[in-house]
Amino acid sequence: MSTVAAISTPLSASGLGVIRISGEDAVSIGEKCFRPFKGGKALSTLKGYSCAYGRVFDDDGDIDEAVATVFLAPKSYTGENTVEFSCHGSPALLKRVLRAALSAGASPAGPGEFTKRAFLNGKLTLTQAEAVMDIISAGSQGAGRAALALRDGALYKKIRKITEDLTSLQSHLAAWSDYPEEDVPELSDEAIGSVLKEADCVLKRLIATYDAGRIIREGAVIVIAGKPNVGKSTLMNLISGRDRSIVTSVAGTTRDVVEESVLVGDIPIRLLDTAGIRETDDIVERIGVDMAQSALDRCDAVIAVFDSSAPLDEDDRRLIDKLKNRPTVAVINKSDLEQKADVDFIKSNFEYCVTISAAKGDGEDEFREALGKLLKTADLDPSEPIMANERQLDCARRGEKAIAEGLDALCAGMTLDAVGICIETALDALYELTGEKASDAVIEQVFSRFCVGK
Amino acid sequence: MEEYFAGKYDVAIVGAGHAGVEAALAAARLGAKTCLFTLNLDKIANMPCNPSIGGTAKGHLVREIDALGGEMGKAADKMMIQSRMLNLGKGPAVHSLRAQEDRALYHILMKHTVEQQENLDLKQAEIVEVRSDGKGGVLGVTTHLGAFYEVHNVVICTGTYLKGIIYVGDRKYESGPDASQPAKPLSESLKTLGIKLRRFKTGTPARVAKDSIDYDKLEIQYGDEHIVPFSFETEGPMVNKATCWIGYTNEETHEIIRKNIGRSPLYSGKIEGIGPRYCPSIEDKVMRFPEKIRHQFFVEPMGMHTDEMYLSGMSSSLPEDVQIALYHSVKGLEHVKIMRNAYAIEYDCCDSLDLKPTLEFIKVKGLFGAGQFNGTSGYEEAAAQGLLAGINAARRSQGKDEIVLERSNSYIGTLVDDLVTKGVLDPYRMMTSRSEYRLILRQDNADMRLTPLGHEIGLIGDERYAKFLEKKRLCEEETERLENTTLKMSAELNEMLEAHGTAPLTEGVRASELLRRPQISYSDLAPFDPQRKPLPEAVIEQVEIGIKYEGYIKKQLAQVEQMHRLEEKKIPEDIDYKAIHGLRLEAAEKLDRIRPMNIGQAGRISGVSPADVSVLLIYLQK
Repeated sequence: MSTVAAISTPLSASGLGVIRISGEDAVSIGEKCFRPFKGGKALSTLKGYSCAYGRVFDDDGDIDEAVATVFLAPKSYTGENTVEFSCHGSPALLKRVLRAALSAGASPAGPGEFTKRAFLNGKLTLTQAEAVMDIISAGSQGAGRAALALRDGALYKKIRKITEDLTSLQSHLAAWSDYPEEDVPELSDEAIGSVLKEADCVLKRLIATYDAGRIIREGAVIVIAGKPNVGKSTLMNLISGRDRSIVTSVAGTTRDVVEESVLVGDIPIRLLDTAGIRETDDIVERIGVDMAQSALDRCDAVIAVFDSSAPLDEDDRRLIDKLKNRPTVAVINKSDLEQKADVDFIKSNFEYCVTISAAKGDGEDEFREALGKLLKTADLDPSEPIMANERQLDCARRGEKAIAEGLDALCAGMTLDAVGICIETALDALYELTGEKASDAVIEQVFSRFCVGK
Repeated sequence: MEEYFAGKYDVAIVGAGHAGVEAALAAARLGAKTCLFTLNLDKIANMPCNPSIGGTAKGHLVREIDALGGEMGKAADKMMIQSRMLNLGKGPAVHSLRAQEDRALYHILMKHTVEQQENLDLKQAEIVEVRSDGKGGVLGVTTHLGAFYEVHNVVICTGTYLKGIIYVGDRKYESGPDASQPAKPLSESLKTLGIKLRRFKTGTPARVAKDSIDYDKLEIQYGDEHIVPFSFETEGPMVNKATCWIGYTNEETHEIIRKNIGRSPLYSGKIEGIGPRYCPSIEDKVMRFPEKIRHQFFVEPMGMHTDEMYLSGMSSSLPEDVQIALYHSVKGLEHVKIMRNAYAIEYDCCDSLDLKPTLEFIKVKGLFGAGQFNGTSGYEEAAAQGLLAGINAARRSQGKDEIVLERSNSYIGTLVDDLVTKGVLDPYRMMTSRSEYRLILRQDNADMRLTPLGHEIGLIGDERYAKFLEKKRLCEEETERLENTTLKMSAELNEMLEAHGTAPLTEGVRASELLRRPQISYSDLAPFDPQRKPLPEAVIEQVEIGIKYEGYIKKQLAQVEQMHRLEEKKIPEDIDYKAIHGLRLEAAEKLDRIRPMNIGQAGRISGVSPADVSVLLIYLQK
């Protein structure tokens, strides 16, 4: 059986969340997305029932701190090799970790799949298995309902348009090669290429907007960070439109993480106002700073606030360094005061930079616009279809890959039988996405569209 | 009717068309005492429609039949009068061989081959009954004259003869194809055994007199200069003896058809049988595609010792007077004389979902079906099934495991899987697009895929098998050599590469790397590859395709591997789907009807969802 992965805890904000990877290659897949802290052992060297502490990461960088637990077959829930990452319980983070596991070679687990595997490997009894089957059939009914909802949706229509175009193309190729003695017109490479490019473009866009779509649907977690007294709480109050955070001029006022749900444009955002990050000896403040650090590690984006009325100091530079490669809007605050900070240095480090006065409300529109761009939701039409889950993303990726291979084959001058195989592979993946069975659609069309046969 | 005991056989074949002949030869060659029954000894392996064998995907089937030790390819090579490899330039997956045949000589050759086959008796008799043994199996068969033969393995290959009815306009009469006598009582006997029968139909165009055609108004079509045989065993040069011609219908033809369409038995609702989509009559084409201003047809000779010419693409069931008018409206056929009129024929066939992948009926042990009786069309599809059914009938009589061909190793396997898993709604024609694995199921490598199996079951002799192994060894050695041979960069080599529109080299490169370029062929590299040894053409072809398409072939092999894992999960024959909790009703009914042999096959049934397959998997592990 292939190695599968899924988020195994409820998908809501909570203290902890677990991603489980199960199957023969679980350990090697886990190792591709987990790096132990210095001195820690690599996952593949661990015995069963042991843990490592480190970071889960993907191509974009570190995702979260996590404890990785290794179980070796048959001593695990599923009876297979298993790796479990205990991360912080942010849905956005957990999904990113899951995607990292999928890119590392795991397949998405179906509903009840771990339990099913546990049963298949003799880890569950018959009665337990009966219960599992109920879960699975409930799961498929749920999936059925989801597929039904999907059918009416914009995403279904969009994918359907691609499958129709590809089916039409493939049936033409089929008629052309299966009825060589009939006058079925030959398709030019340009005509084939344009259908494939169009499909590739739509799929690439769907894949690219997956994160933005998720953010629009589920909201984004954004941390306001910055050293003490740069105006983080004032900014939060400005965005949320009410005095949520206590604002004083005493550095270190915010010690807990203050959370607020706000709308930026149409995007629901969980805004976390954190303690100013600085080196401190105050025990209470120290805890606040740690919590701020951990919130920073888990969020979708960061608003980094700087005080332009004072020269940048070590704390500022540490923050800039830390956030360099993270999705960040740099807010250069206190534009109403005399400017003393090296603003150009900040701008050179961040793609999105706005100058505002949180106290006076100047520059708020620019700030919201920058945030929208950062979350890539700014150019996303709200009616634009977006994919709902990792399974759909996986199908779309496979479809896109096959189409790209078809385009490569075409460009390289391979014969059209090779191109056709790529188109069929793409069709299989896309039919899977919409929950339909790739049937004999191509052959049906050969006969309805072309006058062939004698 | 008085009955007498006439003897005992291991296997009986009912019908001696293309399916029956292959079934009988295979069973006898595997050592089963076999009897082949036919209504008329003068119709053995008759071609009542096109005088040709092969074509897209059908050519693949013929090569696979040959690779397994069947007869069709050898006979087609011997009686070929024109040969063409179709689809050159479209890629090796769709290259397909097609040959015009001398119809009369093909029949004579096949009849004589059957007559000379050890273990095989040939009898002219109508089988009117397949008798049940009362225990779900077959006891024997009875002829129209009351002869009873005890035989427990029977292959039905009745083609279009079973309760055949011919339609020409509003005239209809009981008949087999080519004015032969139909088979009637067998139909009732099969129903008594619990076999469901349905009606399919097909049609054929007119045969016209050679000297009544104005060839100046038609395009001539020659055979290939370089002829590739069907059989891997055929050696020596082959030559084209005949040519074909191409013509077109016109608006006047279409007007005649539209005006008279009410007189077509199909359009007036007289024919209840379902016709093949792949093979529409000329009136079907005109009515379904009104925007087309002309339809193509071919003029094909019926043989070297006859003046009959076949009008391929012009089949019709319109009344004879309309046929004459519509043919006469065509350029080149203005004065054509019809020798045999076009007609439609309707016949009984079974529902292929009632068959196992061995082609045995699920509900009647020892009863097999093959060919048009199973709902297919075409000589090649028939022969392929006949071969498989004959093999399995013989093996069953010998107490051996029956064999199943897979989608991933053959078009025959794909054909049979489509029949027994998806079922057919109209006569089924093989197409390359039906195979998801077509880059590995090529006509050129049929021997690589199937000859080891043919040898294992005993249809391929040791001598042929040794030759096959030698070819395989040469292929592997040459592939390895090309992977390990570095070609030096030179001005001449770069000149050649650029002349073919590909990038020149800046350093030496492995020969296989250059061969991977679509524009560069094995022979292009000859001047730069001095260590090359002379090799047979078939070896070079294998090596070249294997290297050029390696990336795609590997992908297909990975897909096959995935499918195999599902097919390894067998489903017990006595499984009770209705007792499986969690299976949707529709899925349970479909599974119960089709009785898939493994999880892979179950997943291909329409109406069985991936969730149903999961439930089934869990149930099987219990």
